[in-house]
Amino acid sequence: MKFLLTPSAALRFLGLLGFLFLASCTPKEDSRISGRLVLEYWEKWTGFEREAMARVVDDFNNSQDKIFVRFLSVSRVDQKMMLATAGGVPPDVVGLWAINLPSYAENNALMPLDYLAKDAGIRQEDYLPVFWKLCSYRGFLWALPSTPSVTALHWNKKMFREAGLDPEQPPRTIAELETFNAKLTRKNADGSLAQIGHMPQEPGWWMHDFPSWFGGASWDGSTKLLLDAQPNRHFFTWLESYPKRFGGPAMFELRGGFGNFASPDNPFFNGKVAMIMQGVWMNNFIKKYAPAGFEYGAAAFPEETEHPGAPLTIAETDILVIPAGARHPKEAMQFIAFVAQQKNTEKLCLGQHKISPLRKVSDEFMNHHSHPYLKVFQSLANSSRAQPTLSLPTFKEYANDMITYVNLVLLGRMGADEARVTMLARQQKALDAKVDRWNKVAPVRVALWEKEIHP
Amino acid sequence: MTPGERKSLIKGVAFISPWILGFLAFNLYPLIASIWFSLCDYSVLSQPVFLGTQNYVDLWRDPVFWKALQNTVVFAAVAIPLSTFLSIGLAVLLNQPIAGQGIYRTIFFLPSLVPAISLAILWQWMLNGPMGLVNNLLRPFLDLLNLAFHIQLKAPDWLNDPNFALWGLILTGLWGTGQAVVIYLAGLQDVPAELYEAAELDGTSAWQRFVHITLPMLSPVIFFNVLMSIIGALQTFAVPYILTNGGDGPGRSLLFLATYIYQNAFDYWNMGYASALALCLFLLIIGLSLVTVRYGERKVHYSGK
Repeated sequence: MKFLLTPSAALRFLGLLGFLFLASCTPKEDSRISGRLVLEYWEKWTGFEREAMARVVDDFNNSQDKIFVRFLSVSRVDQKMMLATAGGVPPDVVGLWAINLPSYAENNALMPLDYLAKDAGIRQEDYLPVFWKLCSYRGFLWALPSTPSVTALHWNKKMFREAGLDPEQPPRTIAELETFNAKLTRKNADGSLAQIGHMPQEPGWWMHDFPSWFGGASWDGSTKLLLDAQPNRHFFTWLESYPKRFGGPAMFELRGGFGNFASPDNPFFNGKVAMIMQGVWMNNFIKKYAPAGFEYGAAAFPEETEHPGAPLTIAETDILVIPAGARHPKEAMQFIAFVAQQKNTEKLCLGQHKISPLRKVSDEFMNHHSHPYLKVFQSLANSSRAQPTLSLPTFKEYANDMITYVNLVLLGRMGADEARVTMLARQQKALDAKVDRWNKVAPVRVALWEKEIHP
Repeated sequence: MTPGERKSLIKGVAFISPWILGFLAFNLYPLIASIWFSLCDYSVLSQPVFLGTQNYVDLWRDPVFWKALQNTVVFAAVAIPLSTFLSIGLAVLLNQPIAGQGIYRTIFFLPSLVPAISLAILWQWMLNGPMGLVNNLLRPFLDLLNLAFHIQLKAPDWLNDPNFALWGLILTGLWGTGQAVVIYLAGLQDVPAELYEAAELDGTSAWQRFVHITLPMLSPVIFFNVLMSIIGALQTFAVPYILTNGGDGPGRSLLFLATYIYQNAFDYWNMGYASALALCLFLLIIGLSLVTVRYGERKVHYSGK
């Protein structure tokens, strides 16, 4: 049999393949469209939230003729940005969550924005303090807020009326919350729960922030977790009281019957849970999925000890960052600064039905906003006791462990103290490892960042 | 080596080189790199810092690692025998010459065509405690038992109860036995009919023929399927990951080694620790595969030998 492909031809073919492979690995030339530099912008949003940002991107692209922003919705954008940055081909701008900042900054995945932001006319005093704080870590500015949120108690007014409670008077303390809870909870004939006033695991998204409502925090901001401190003890004891009062398996059985969050079967809409902690975005889902005539209220979530006049809230925000190694940081900052202009920020936040991160809010924004409790959320964000969500370099491990141990306590399978102590041992060790690593690399990193912010 | 042989060798190497390059780049290099990373503190974006055996010491003392290992081994130890017995039984039944044989075979094979993600989402609903199909089928039987024996059995809350979550996953795994059934069916077609005829003339029962003819003749296929199932079960990831919405399940009852590796690598940025975990999983798979091969050599009957 005669081979059509000789060995030397085969080798030449392989050489060509190798060349093509290497060529695809080498850095690309700047991408241009009609002479305009193309910036790659990755965002997490889809649906109407994406559309709101797309309109701002269009405005930017129409406002000048040097830069063209290519806007791409990317699922699990935080992981993909990490891999792209590690591979040396990060996008120019990325929309992350503020909780990503500590670990991304410590791992040198981000570019400090201090100098670029100052150069672009961005001023700290233009922002509500809590949102600026969320964008800063270890003394550097890493991001600017895009669309922020604060948490509040949402309650179902119809369920309040049916339970003989005043639908305009939400609970103000944890003790009151539990009194209301007892009145709002109904059981079936077989003893299972038909509805409940409140359960901490619904939706359970802020377990790591809950110690704040007991007057404390999860860590000291530098090296020590505070799970042993009194507020955390109170928080876990409060959790432990739930299976004793309602039955752990009964609560989880009730929860097993809940539908998807973004559906008419959301337990808050269909009367299974009367009081929940939620963010400003909840109104979007209420408008879309709740039954006609659904009545709800929103106010500061009750604390263990009442603080009249200065409500407590936990703030979080979506952010815009420039990854380390991005090829066009100045142009990227130009785009971020455009988004940060009051007119454009308000357009974006209006489109996503969220609050504004800026101190100054226009009348137009307030008048055109469709959220019935916009003023409540805006004043919570303005409160002197508004706190940033947990900003920990081991956030994901901590939050994951918190859900595991909280669920074990709520199921009645682990005592409050055992859960707290076990979690503290695990998580303090994880934090120590990160702090240790940070201490090793900090001098070099900080020097590098200092150089980047004072070029 | 003669010039002709050398020429043939070069041709052979040239033609196999795409695979060799792929193996070097996507198998061997990652394996060697992960051995190195397992000895380092490495977060993907910063340079690895050599730690020696610290990651392995941490791993030894990490209760979550042991929980993940326990879940993985228990799952494999229960799911593999169960699915093997079930698929052999189904294959034997589907091998019977009855009307509509092809239709039955297709029906049993169809579920294995469902992608893992869709399968997990489907079973999330099927295993739902109050509303799921599985419990709706179970409840009448439990009611009967409760009535008959004056007990109070309740349908389990599969995905929320740490005692039942793993069993729910095992049930989910049985859904995909169709693929193994097809392989067993092919094996059954290969058993010479004259063996059954001779045994029948000797007055053997159906059970005796199954134990002394079918199983030995099927043993190479069983061996292959069990080996593949061990490797697959120890790498379980997609279905429990989706079933738990990316979590660990109640009380970490659905945390598997592969999930823990993923969490450490891509959620916690502990790529060094994840590499140490991955190496442990690799050694576990190699070890169990070697034991299976060694045991199989003695038990498998090759008709050609």
